[in-house]
Amino acid sequence: MRSMVGFAWMLGVFAAFMVPAPAAMAYNAFVTNEKDNTVSVIDTDKLEVIKTFKVGQRPRGIILSNDAKWLIICTSDENLIQVYDSKTYQLVKTLPSGPDPELLILHPSGNPLYVANEDDNLVTVVDINKGSLITDIPVGVEPEGMGMSPDGTVLVNTSETTNMAHFIDTKTHKTFDNVLVDSRPRVAMFNTAGTQLWVSSEVGGTVTVINPKDRKIIGKVQFEIPGITKEAIQPVGVRITKDGKLAFVALGPANRVAVVDTATLKVIKYLLVGQRVWQMAFTPDGKELLTTNGTSNDVSVIDVPKLKVIKSIRVGRYPWGVVVAPF
Amino acid sequence: MAAGVLSKRARIGAMAGLVRAGLAVPMLLALVGPLGPSRAFAQGAPAATAAPEAKQSPAPAPAKGVQTIPILIARELRDEPLPLSLLDLPPADLGIAGAKLAIKDNNTTGRFMNQKFTLDVVEESNPEKLIKDVVAKVDGGAHFILADMSPNTLLKLADALANKEALIINYAAPDDRLREEDCRPHVMHVAPSRAMLADALAQYLIWKKWRRWFLVLGPQEKDKLFADALRRAAKRFGAKIVEERTFKYEGGSRRADGGYEQVQQQIPTFTQSAPDYDVLIVADEGNLFGDYLPYRTWEPRPVAGTSGLVPASWHPAIELWGGTQFQNRFKRMADRTMRPLDYNAWMGVRMIGEAASRTRTNTYRDLVAFMKSPNFEIAAFKGVGLSLRNWNGQLRQPVLVTSPKLLVSVSPQPGFLHQFTVLDTLGVDKPETKCRAYTQ
Repeated sequence: MRSMVGFAWMLGVFAAFMVPAPAAMAYNAFVTNEKDNTVSVIDTDKLEVIKTFKVGQRPRGIILSNDAKWLIICTSDENLIQVYDSKTYQLVKTLPSGPDPELLILHPSGNPLYVANEDDNLVTVVDINKGSLITDIPVGVEPEGMGMSPDGTVLVNTSETTNMAHFIDTKTHKTFDNVLVDSRPRVAMFNTAGTQLWVSSEVGGTVTVINPKDRKIIGKVQFEIPGITKEAIQPVGVRITKDGKLAFVALGPANRVAVVDTATLKVIKYLLVGQRVWQMAFTPDGKELLTTNGTSNDVSVIDVPKLKVIKSIRVGRYPWGVVVAPF
Repeated sequence: MAAGVLSKRARIGAMAGLVRAGLAVPMLLALVGPLGPSRAFAQGAPAATAAPEAKQSPAPAPAKGVQTIPILIARELRDEPLPLSLLDLPPADLGIAGAKLAIKDNNTTGRFMNQKFTLDVVEESNPEKLIKDVVAKVDGGAHFILADMSPNTLLKLADALANKEALIINYAAPDDRLREEDCRPHVMHVAPSRAMLADALAQYLIWKKWRRWFLVLGPQEKDKLFADALRRAAKRFGAKIVEERTFKYEGGSRRADGGYEQVQQQIPTFTQSAPDYDVLIVADEGNLFGDYLPYRTWEPRPVAGTSGLVPASWHPAIELWGGTQFQNRFKRMADRTMRPLDYNAWMGVRMIGEAASRTRTNTYRDLVAFMKSPNFEIAAFKGVGLSLRNWNGQLRQPVLVTSPKLLVSVSPQPGFLHQFTVLDTLGVDKPETKCRAYTQ
């Protein structure tokens, strides 16, 4: 009886909390599970997986089309890109890519798609409506990270073995500048104002912040965590808040996300998340940040205003990429 | 052919009828004892030293002319007996193919830097002639030499080049003495030393709690040296060698019709009556008998060392840390899988490329100074940055622990700590080094 009373009491409390507006908006987040060949769909209000669907072999990079109707996924071991309906999870079509596609980015206009093609030292440009290859752009060894300037004029690709950020004119498809960064650059990310480009170096253990106008290095973010070896600090994913004030940097096997002040390039806080954290995505309202933790098979949810980890959600094996839809 | 140590031996095959159980008197290693980890592994060491000075990367200024950086591979062709397995026969371009891939990679980067790398190969069985040829190439402007040669030849070459602008990168010889008492200031080592390999294996076995080892070694000099490294590793990490036997064999052809019948009888006999042990460790660097041991031991025990569970700088099936693309590139180019020696040579050439793109120069002195500086670091599909030990020129690197078909683990293992970098738990650490010449 006592437990029944307790339960009723708890329900009451729960109901009382339900009356005011919910803390977070409900969105759908999509997480690629590299080892399971699936995508987990997370309800960001309930903070739980509501659906898991099969996709092609070794899904990694995942983005949404501008109208959010399509999920565009690099299925690396099939050497192509799959397009799924973001509501019905049905395969719409496949797009050509070079072998082993990993990360991709859309032009702000919604088309074309730029894919890092690691095996061939190329960035492949694909028309997503026609499903055809527009051109290839030669870059350094093992192209990986893809960043797009907010105005869509400059594409930045990082090459992991050449250790450069290649600046590409999206009109001419030619590289017009190359900036050396520390070892194994993984991700390139512009801030919304287009005044900073952040490039993470996984092996170098730093993030280089570049001024996109003159391609001069503004500074480097260094990380130091008590009790964690220097080798384990491996920056990969970078996300910058819309107001441009804070950057979040996923530190791989250090199992932490660093919160960096973009004005001083100093770390304000380290947030403990799951193991081998790589990619991240904000919810559209910017209130939450989701991280994929590859070796602990979960997604951590960070409350952005509070800078706190509020939940970890079990997904499939080796979660890799994440994107959040505006619905 | 070369008058090397091995050429005095007949081609050794250890095939049917020729394998003879060594039955050497069991020699218990004196007082290995359950020693704790050495002082290098202080618990609770500070996480990291101060962040290194940010590596400056000024915006590229297109150089007027192309900077050319010629690289030379020097190989001493040795008359060595062939390994047992058809799968292990050495390809003619072993090592060279890895260097070629690195030249391609360097030139892809070089396109953006106005730098061009070229590769020249000298192969010779006569050590004197080899040295003469290399010296001529150095005088002709090649300053970087990747060496695959016996320790004695390598030392002679190093001495012949002592007063010239020449850097030797040893990508093949695992001999610790080249890094220690016989170290040279202008010789770097990208191949892991025997001590590093033995330590990597030992750490994994200790992690597995397989502490009692039955050591079986071959009669060759290099087998004895690897056995030395294993004894050292046992002592460092707290394993116990409960039994030691030398496997003797006579020369013969590598293959013969039949063969397994006799081996099936001989190996159980050879391994019987050993004290209780957890794992049999074999030291047979030429792979002349070690591959007979798995599944044939008297007791059902795993085999590690140069057969079974093997520590190596590379494995053709590793796909971690972007390795897949790297393996694919190699396979497309060489039409075979990548072996440790290919990987080592790739790394040697990449180090020069990395130095050239960071310093934006092809000047010998600047390149070498940068490689020796604390700012030097190279990514090489091992998950962490690799750098040179400033006391003996050895590239510090994680070592793979592998089964024939897959990666099993990567050492250093969790729990083995170090004051500066866990990578220095593998091999000879700074306080122990006998190398004096390198730092002079």
